[in-house]
Amino acid sequence: MTSITHDESAYVPPAEVEEPELYHPKSFVGKYIWSQDAKVIAVQYAITAIGVGLVALVLSGIMRLQLGFPHAFSFINPSNYLQFVTMHGMIMVIYLLTALFLGGFGNYLIPLMVGARDMVFPYVNMVSYWVYLFAVLLLMASFFVPGGPTGSGWTLYPPQAILPGTPGANWGIVLMLVSLAFFIIGFTMGGLNYVVTVLQARTRGMTMMRLPLTVWGIFMATILALLAFPALFVSAIMMTLDQTLGTSFFMPALVSQGQHLNYNGGSPILFQHLFWFFGHPEVYIVALPAFGIVSDLIAVHARKNIFGYRMMVWAILAIGGLSFVVWAHHMYVSGMNPYFGFFFATTTLIIAIPTALKVYNWVLTLWRGNIHLTVPMLFAIGFVFTFINGGLTGLFLGNVPVDIPLSGTMFVVAHFHMVMAVSPVLVVFGAIYHWYPKITGRMLNDTLGKFHFWVTFLGTYAIYYPMHYLGFLGVPRRYYAMGTTVFVPESAQSLNEAITIAALIVGAIQVVFLYNLIWSYFKGKPAGPNPWRATTLEWQTPHTPPKHGNFGATLPAVYRWAYDYSVPGAAEDFIPQNQPPGKKAKGLEQALDASDLGAQKLDGAGTPKPIGS
Amino acid sequence: MTYALIFLSGLMAIVMWWLVRQTVNVKPWTEQRSVEIMQGDGGLSLPSVKVGLGVFLAVATSLFALLISAYHMRMMGEDWTKLPVPRVLWLNSAVLILASVAMQRTRAAARQGQLERVKSGLIASGVLSFSFLAGQLWAWQQMDAAGYFVAANPAYAFFYLLTAVHGLHLLGGLWVWCKTTAKVLRGVEVGKVRLSVELCTVYWHYLLVVWLVLFAVLLHTHT
Repeated sequence: MTSITHDESAYVPPAEVEEPELYHPKSFVGKYIWSQDAKVIAVQYAITAIGVGLVALVLSGIMRLQLGFPHAFSFINPSNYLQFVTMHGMIMVIYLLTALFLGGFGNYLIPLMVGARDMVFPYVNMVSYWVYLFAVLLLMASFFVPGGPTGSGWTLYPPQAILPGTPGANWGIVLMLVSLAFFIIGFTMGGLNYVVTVLQARTRGMTMMRLPLTVWGIFMATILALLAFPALFVSAIMMTLDQTLGTSFFMPALVSQGQHLNYNGGSPILFQHLFWFFGHPEVYIVALPAFGIVSDLIAVHARKNIFGYRMMVWAILAIGGLSFVVWAHHMYVSGMNPYFGFFFATTTLIIAIPTALKVYNWVLTLWRGNIHLTVPMLFAIGFVFTFINGGLTGLFLGNVPVDIPLSGTMFVVAHFHMVMAVSPVLVVFGAIYHWYPKITGRMLNDTLGKFHFWVTFLGTYAIYYPMHYLGFLGVPRRYYAMGTTVFVPESAQSLNEAITIAALIVGAIQVVFLYNLIWSYFKGKPAGPNPWRATTLEWQTPHTPPKHGNFGATLPAVYRWAYDYSVPGAAEDFIPQNQPPGKKAKGLEQALDASDLGAQKLDGAGTPKPIGS
Repeated sequence: MTYALIFLSGLMAIVMWWLVRQTVNVKPWTEQRSVEIMQGDGGLSLPSVKVGLGVFLAVATSLFALLISAYHMRMMGEDWTKLPVPRVLWLNSAVLILASVAMQRTRAAARQGQLERVKSGLIASGVLSFSFLAGQLWAWQQMDAAGYFVAANPAYAFFYLLTAVHGLHLLGGLWVWCKTTAKVLRGVEVGKVRLSVELCTVYWHYLLVVWLVLFAVLLHTHT
């Protein structure tokens, strides 16, 4: 350490970086409703997102009933089947997963993990939530307007989205588009907070390379979202104008139901480009926080440092950068130039490299780890399995000649749900089981948790594995009912029935999870400050649940990275990030550094250990 | 999508450059320095609001780049006609340039702590900005009166869309301007509004550049 000189010109933050003027609520309403505390906002986001997600879950159950037992239910007709498909997809992708990962976990974990008192712009953060809630209410309102919600598919492709004949072509689609625009405005407010907080509000010693991977994942996902959502915003506004004022941004000249419409020359392909320019990064907006969270879950519950931390960070960055140049792989069937398709197939396969690196690193972290099969760990390992399965079918679909025959079939539905629905949701569950003790001060019930995990995990495989097979048979997606074909055998219907039964069981079992959340809040085992014996700062707060301001009188200083688990010679098998190096160790350490023994480092107890162990 | 991609690759290059500086040759698992010799944490030595504004400008640029990309892709359509650019837009551009100049002078005055010049500068730039917006509305009216309705042709539709999005951004800036000006008129110390004035100045310059680019795009329409 003697080699490090004091550079007076370097920017050294004072002990308490820019102590923010914390908002001090006086009443219940100020504390829990119009709250500017990121932790309360996080819970608001999470409850709203999970609430609207339950609506989408019910919709998917109804869809499965129709597919498994066609014509058995009179309340499902072709129109509202399409409406359920659309609303289920849009709610799950945007209003549940995006909002929950960034608005929920982002708000709760970023300030705590970087050692800040709150987000840097608490007021904007509060407005962000209320705009989000408004967007959700607008979307829900579309169930009650004449014509119902839009049934144009979650991609909202024009021209059909706004043509008579598509359900909800008048009110439904406009409400959907306006709701999306508000969601984006609200998200931008929140996103500014997440990015600037990570950049500016890190506590002393918390360098970027000491951030837990959760923060890295959420940080990069927020950057992606901030840059990609404007594409959806632009397309939403332009389609709203096409619908209401009769412009022709996307609408070609066409005859609908025997009538010449007033549209002329617009380009539906332009919409597809804009939509997927947002839509593909969106996959990673959901996936990157999941990657980050799962890295931390695996490290904590395997009592081992994450394998290849720097590689993990760079993989997150590479995935983020690459995710902007793969969008047209969603458009192989739009009649594009083959060379264009070739380019996008190549970039799509390249993005598999950093993704695979992450998977290897998770597996290598588990390798010879002291694995505790706690509920969060079960979900994390379940995620790794599911993500590999979903990712491998992605390699199929990334190739143009394979994608073209499969793209209209259930194979796509199966792939997409494995990689983008089940995988992140497993992480959401794992994360809730992991951080619930910090949020409420009580543990979730373990038995119920394990039951929830096994039914959900095995159940989703019962749903989506056979669905790949249906896709190979040529069973089309989006269809209300199959009718008779020469190529799909009768047995496909019995497979569909089995899938429906599995889906209903998995859907119903989520009640156990909700019950666990509510029961444990009142009756759960008290958790103590650090039940998982984790190193990161959120577990080192003086109060559990953390009070407004998070860290009491002084902010913690950070002396080490987030992954000092099972350090040889240390008193415990984890060393918190804010634990200073021992006094005795310091002298020894200096001696070692001075004598240029660079290959050794010291732990808290003062014994040398090989680097990277 | 070329324009959006060019912008994004530029931005990603900046992000990567900054992150490389943060991460290369850092071995987080070996670091265990004590507080006394800690050399900061790699944060930017700027006020958070300035960083926040910078991030917001990146988002806004993404929005405008995508709009311009969409404009160029739609321009390939056969039904595209040349936009009869209202002449008042030239006048409006000049007014917006003056507003930006006035902001710049206000910023200089705020740095020197001259309250009176801050006051007059803020009012001047505000009045000029509102005149710009009024001028834009006038341009809309001219277009409308000449029969170039929003639905008549995509070129007109884009004209209304681009000017509206830009105008709304300016309105957002004017909200901050209102708050700042109200403070100045109440006679608070210059030091308390200096940061707001600086932020406004950056934002006004940014919106001026965006407007000039949009104006050039509208002028450069092909037939």
